[in-house]
Amino acid sequence: MNSGKNKPAPAGAAESAPARFDVIVVGGGPAGLAATFTLARAGVSVACLERGSWSGSKNMMGGVIYSHPTSRVFPQFWREAPLERHVTRRDMWFATTDSAIKASFESADFGVEPYNSFTVYRARFDKWLAAQATAAGAWMITETLVEDLLREDGRVAGIRSGRPQGDLEADVVIIAEGVNSFLTERAGLASCPPQAANVALAVKEVLALPKEKIEDRFDLEPGAGAAIEIIGEITGGLPGTGFIYTNRDTISIGVGVLLNSLVDNVTEAYTILDKFKQQPQLRRLIQGASPREYSAHLIPEGGYRCMPQLYGDGVLVAGDAAGMVNPINSEGANLALLSGQMAAETVLACRQQGRFDRAALALYQRRLERSVVIQDLKKYENATPFLASHPQLFGLYPELMAALAREFLTVDNLSKANKEKLLLKLFRSQVPARRLLKDLYDAWRSLT
Amino acid sequence: MPINSVVCIKQVPDTSQVRIDPETGSLVRQGIPSVANPYDLYALETALSIRDRHGGFITALSMGPPQAEEVLRKTLGYGADRAVLLSDRAFAGADTLATTYALAAAVEKIAAGSLVANIGSGKGVDIVFCGKQSIDGDTGQVGPGLARRLSFSQLTYVCSLLEVDLKAMRVKAWRQREDGRELLQAQMPVAVTVTEQCSSIRYASLPGLIAAAKKPVEVWSAADLNVERGRLGLKGSPTRVSKIFAPPARQRGEALSGPGKSAGEMAASLFDRLADRGLKIGRRGG
Amino acid sequence: MKKAARRSGGDGGDGEVWVVVEHEGPDVAPVSWELIGEARALAKELGVRAAAVIIGAGGRELAGPAFSRGAAAAYLVSGPKLDPYSSDPHCQALVGLAARHKPQIILLGATTRGRDLASAAATELETGLTADCTALSIDPEKKLLLQTRPAFGGNVMATIITPNHQPQMATVRPGVFPPPEPVPGDGGDIIASRPRLKTTAVSVKQLEFIPDSGNEISLQGAKVIVAGGRGLKAARNFALLEELACELGGAVAASRAAVDAGWISAQRQVGQTGQTVRPVLYFAMGISGAVQHLAGMQASDIVVAVNNDPEAPIFEVADYGIVGDLFAVTPTLIEEVKRRKASAGGNGGALRIETGTQK
Ligand SMILES: Cc1cc2nc3c(=O)[nH]c(=O)nc-3n(C[C@H](O)[C@H](O)[C@H](O)COP(=O)(O)OP(=O)(O)OC[C@H]3O[C@@H](n4cnc5c(N)ncnc54)[C@H](O)[C@@H]3O)c2cc1C
Ligand SMILES: Cc1cc2nc3c(=O)[nH]c(=O)nc-3n(C[C@H](O)[C@H](O)[C@H](O)COP(=O)(O)OP(=O)(O)OC[C@H]3O[C@@H](n4cnc5c(N)ncnc54)[C@H](O)[C@@H]3O)c2cc1C
Ligand SMILES: Nc1ncnc2c1ncn2[C@@H]1O[C@H](COP(=O)(O)O)[C@@H](O)[C@H]1O
Repeated sequence: MNSGKNKPAPAGAAESAPARFDVIVVGGGPAGLAATFTLARAGVSVACLERGSWSGSKNMMGGVIYSHPTSRVFPQFWREAPLERHVTRRDMWFATTDSAIKASFESADFGVEPYNSFTVYRARFDKWLAAQATAAGAWMITETLVEDLLREDGRVAGIRSGRPQGDLEADVVIIAEGVNSFLTERAGLASCPPQAANVALAVKEVLALPKEKIEDRFDLEPGAGAAIEIIGEITGGLPGTGFIYTNRDTISIGVGVLLNSLVDNVTEAYTILDKFKQQPQLRRLIQGASPREYSAHLIPEGGYRCMPQLYGDGVLVAGDAAGMVNPINSEGANLALLSGQMAAETVLACRQQGRFDRAALALYQRRLERSVVIQDLKKYENATPFLASHPQLFGLYPELMAALAREFLTVDNLSKANKEKLLLKLFRSQVPARRLLKDLYDAWRSLT
Repeated sequence: MPINSVVCIKQVPDTSQVRIDPETGSLVRQGIPSVANPYDLYALETALSIRDRHGGFITALSMGPPQAEEVLRKTLGYGADRAVLLSDRAFAGADTLATTYALAAAVEKIAAGSLVANIGSGKGVDIVFCGKQSIDGDTGQVGPGLARRLSFSQLTYVCSLLEVDLKAMRVKAWRQREDGRELLQAQMPVAVTVTEQCSSIRYASLPGLIAAAKKPVEVWSAADLNVERGRLGLKGSPTRVSKIFAPPARQRGEALSGPGKSAGEMAASLFDRLADRGLKIGRRGG
Repeated sequence: MKKAARRSGGDGGDGEVWVVVEHEGPDVAPVSWELIGEARALAKELGVRAAAVIIGAGGRELAGPAFSRGAAAAYLVSGPKLDPYSSDPHCQALVGLAARHKPQIILLGATTRGRDLASAAATELETGLTADCTALSIDPEKKLLLQTRPAFGGNVMATIITPNHQPQMATVRPGVFPPPEPVPGDGGDIIASRPRLKTTAVSVKQLEFIPDSGNEISLQGAKVIVAGGRGLKAARNFALLEELACELGGAVAASRAAVDAGWISAQRQVGQTGQTVRPVLYFAMGISGAVQHLAGMQASDIVVAVNNDPEAPIFEVADYGIVGDLFAVTPTLIEEVKRRKASAGGNGGALRIETGTQK
C-alpha cells in the first residue's frame, strides 16, 4: 500500500540546495529560533531543523513570556508578534478541593509598553519567530527529525536526519531540541541520566470562551490578561502545581506534576487535570468553555544540578535541552531565548578566529555565567528536591491554611478569642511546631 | 517522453476541529490549523511516481488565501517543480463552478507557458490531478468540472494509475466503485481524481526540502489570468449558503436487553430492526 | 392528483423535477428509487411533475418501475456510446436533454457514478450543484430547492440554495429517503430520444470490471464500523471485533483508552483527537461514551452500543443498546449474521445497505 514511502525524491529536485551550512540548529523552539535568527541576521548560513510540521506545531506551554528578555532577541516584538494578552495580574492560589486562599498582584505599569509579560499561544508565537528567522535569511526545514550527530575526528561535524539523503554537515551544531535531549546524550555532554525525578509532566487544555466573558470573569481591562498559579490538594497531593492563563478568547488550564510521583501513584496526568477542573473556584472560571485542544509536555525540573556540559567540539546546547528551566515557576522560554542568542553570539565570535573546538566554544559558558540565566538557575538549584521531599506543601499546608481561614471567617457562636484557641489547637494537632519551623527554613533556603 | 502534469492542492482546515458555536450559531474556524487536503497528497504522489518513470514536470496549483502558500511549499519539498497560488479577493467565496473556472484558466496559462518552454510532452498539460474530494467541502466536483472546462477525458475515483502510454497518448487506471473496481483506459489529456488507495506521499529527501525552502511560490491574481471577473468568486457562484447549523443531537434509542432476554434473542431483534431500516444481511441486488 | 400533474404532459413541460436513474442493465441503484419518491413530493409542492431520466440500454424495461414509484414521465435516452456508463457521452446526453426540456431540478444519487456525471453536467450547464445532500425541501415563498448537507466532516450542516440558476442540481446520499412502495399499474409518459453525440477527443473505455470482495476498508470509507474500548480488556480480544466487522464488510476502530493501552494502532482511534467517522452503522463495544469519543462518531447513522454498565453514557446516543457482557454478546451477533447470510442463500455478500437508514 505505502509503496511511496521511503523512496527518495529524484535528484533533479535538489539542484540548487546548499550542500552544507555554517551552522545547524536542531529544534525550532524559542532557543533554536533565537539562535537561528541571530545567526541569519549576521549573515551566517544557518539551517534550523524542526520535527514538527511547523515551528510551534508540537510546542506547548502555559504560557507566559516576559518582555525584557524577549525583546533583547526580537526588539519590540510586541508590536508585531501574535500575542494573546499582556498580563496585568498575577495570582497565587492555595487551594483545597473546595476552597482557595488567593494572593493577587496587579500593577498598572504592566499594562503599558513595553509591558511586563504576555500570554502567548505557542503554536502561533513560535511560527512568528520562525518567520522572523526565515525573513532574516535562515533555512527553516520542518518535519525533519534529527536522529544523530555526525562526527569527524571526534568533533561534531553535522547531523543525521531520518530523511532520505538525510546527512547534513556544518561547522557547529546548536542543540536546542527541548527537554529530554537525546542529542546531548549522544554528544557525550549529559550529566544526569534521564530520570523521572527530574522532569515534570504537564498536561494542558485550551478552552474556548468569548473575549468579553474572559474579561468579565477574571476582572480584566480589555486586552489585559491574568496568570494564576495554583498550589495545593488539587494535584491530588502530588508535588506539582496547576495554572490558568487567559488568552484572547481561550483559557489555558493545566497541571504539572513530577513524573516519578505519577509513576509511584499509578495516576494518569489527565485524571488529575479532570479533578483539578472540578475545583469549585476554578470551575466557575471555566464554566461553559468548550475544549479546543489538549496536549501534554515534559518540563525539565532538575535545575542547575542536572545541566549538561554546555559545549563540546563543534557543538553547543541551549534552552530546555540544557535543562534551563527555573523549577519554581516552570519558566523556561526566557532562558531558552537568551541562551539561544548567546549560543549564536558565541558562534559569531568564534567565526572570527575560525575555531569551533571546545576551548573556543567555552566562551558560551562564560557568557551564560555572567548572565541571569545561570545566576537564576544556581539560586534555585535545590528547589526541586525540596519540593519533591515535602509533599505536605501540596496537601497538608494548603489544607490547613484553608481550614484556618474558614474557621476565622465563619461567624458562628464561638467568640473570636475562643476561635483563635481552637485554631491553634487544630494546627498543632496536625503539624508539630518543630517540623513546621524546619520546613519553613528549608523552603526559605531553597526557594529564595 | 516526459509528462507535464498539474496537481490541484487545496488547503483545508483540520475538519475534526471545526464546530458550530452553540451560542452564536456561527462557524468556529479560528485557530484551527490548515493542512493540505489529504487526498491531494495521494494525487501528488501519483504524479511524482509517473514523473519517476517517464520524467516530466509537475506544477502544484492551489487557489486560496495567501496562507495557502505554506501548503504549496510542502509540495515543493515533496518534489513538485513549480508551485502556483491563485490568490485574489476576486476568487474569494467561490463554489465549485467558480473554482473550476479559475483553476481551468490557470491550467491553460500553465499549458501555454509549457509549450513555450518546451516542457513535458509538448502538448501543453497532459494530466491534471485532483484529490477525489476535499475534506471540508466534500463535493468531489472540482475534478470533473475541470475536465469539462478543459475538454479533457475524465477519470474519477482512481485507486491506482497503472500506466501511461505516451505513444498512443493513453493512460490505464483502476477506478473504485461502490461494488468493485473497473479498469479504464482514457485518452490524454486527462483529468484524474485520486482516492486514498493510491500510494501515500513519499518521504521527501533532505536536499529536496532544503531546495524547496527557498523556491518561490508564484502568486497569480485574477489579472494574471484570461478570465471574466464576473465569473469568479462569489459573483460567479450559482450556489449560496442560506443557513448553517449544528447537526442535531442524538436521542437515546431503544434498549434491546431486558430481564429474561437471551443473547440470541437480543441479536435477532437487533438485526430485525436493522433490516427494517434498510440494512439487510445478504447478497447485493437480491 | 397524479393525473393532474400528468395532464400538463405532452412532450414534457418546463420546470419538472428530474431524477437520473443509475442503472446497469436492469439493476437499479436503490438510491434512484428513493429519489423518485422524494422528487414526486417536491414536484407536488411545485405543481409540476416528477420524471425519471434513464440513459443507456434497457430504459424501456425500467420506465414501468419508475412510474410505479412516482415518476409521471420517463425520458429514455439511448445510443451507441451510452453503454456501459462513461462520463462524456452520458454528460452530453443529460446536458442535451436538460437544454431541451428545461427541468428546474435534477437529482442524482451521491454515488461514485452520480457524482461523476452530476459534476460534469452542472459545469456544462453552468449551474450550481450541491453535493451529498441529506435533506431536501422547497422554500414555500421563493419556491427554491433547499438543499441540506453535512460539511466539515459532518460537524456542520449547511442549507444551500441556487437562487438564480436553472436547473438546480443536487446529489443525494443513498439511504436518506425511504424507498417508495411500488404501486403497480401506475403509468406515465415515455419520451424517448437517440441524441447525436459529438465525437470528441476525450474518451474513456472500460476494459475490465472486478466486483468487490471487501478486504481492507478505511475508517473514512467504511459503511460499518465496529469499535472497541477499554472493555475489550486485551489486544487479542480485538480479534472478536474483527470477525464481526469482517462478516459485515466493515472496519475496526477504537476508543482512545484502547489505543493508549497499546491494543490497536492510533490510526484507528475515533474521537476528538482521532478520526471523525460517519458510517451507516457504528458498533460501540465496551466504550463508555466520553464526550471526546462521541465527538468522532455522533454523525453515524445508526449506533449500537454493547456495555455491561447500564449507566454508561454511550446509551444516551445509541439507537440500540444492549446491556451485557460484550464477550457473551459479540459471538451471538456474529452467529446471527452468519445464520442470516446462510438463509439469504449462497455465501452471500456482506451487509447490504438498501435504504431509509434515517430515523
Ligand atoms: C505546561 C508548561 C507551561 C510552561 N509555562 C511556561 C511559562 O509560562 N513561561 C515560560 O517562560 N516557560 C514556560 N514553560 C517552559 C517553556 O515552554 C520551555 O522552557 C521552552 O519552550 C524551552 O524552549 P526550547 O526552545 O529549549 O525547547 P522547545 O520549546 O521544547 O523546542 C524544541 C523544539 O525542537 C524540536 N525537536 C525536538 N527534538 C528534535 C529533533 N531531534 N530533531 C528536530 N527537531 C526536534 C521540537 O519539536 C521543538 O519544536 C512551560 C512549559 C510547559 C510544559
Ligand atoms: C482532551 C481529551 C481528548 C480526548 N480524545 C479522545 C478521543 O479522540 N477518542 C477517545 O475515544 N477518547 C478520547 N479521550 C479520552 C476519553 O475522555 C475517555 O477517557 C475514553 O474515550 C475512554 O475510553 P473507553 O470508553 O474505551 O474506556 P472507559 O471509559 O474505561 O470505558 C470502558 C467501558 O467498557 C465497559 N465494559 C467493561 N467491560 C465490559 C464487558 N466485558 N462487556 C461490556 N462492556 C464492558 C465499561 O462499563 C465501560 O463503560 C480524550 C480525553 C481528553 C481529556
Ligand atoms: N481551491 C482549490 N485549489 C486547488 N485545488 C482545489 C481547490 N478546490 C478543490 N480542489 C481540487 O479538487 C478536489 C476536489 O475538491 P472538492 O470538489 O472541493 O471536493 C480537491 O481534492 C483538490 O484536488
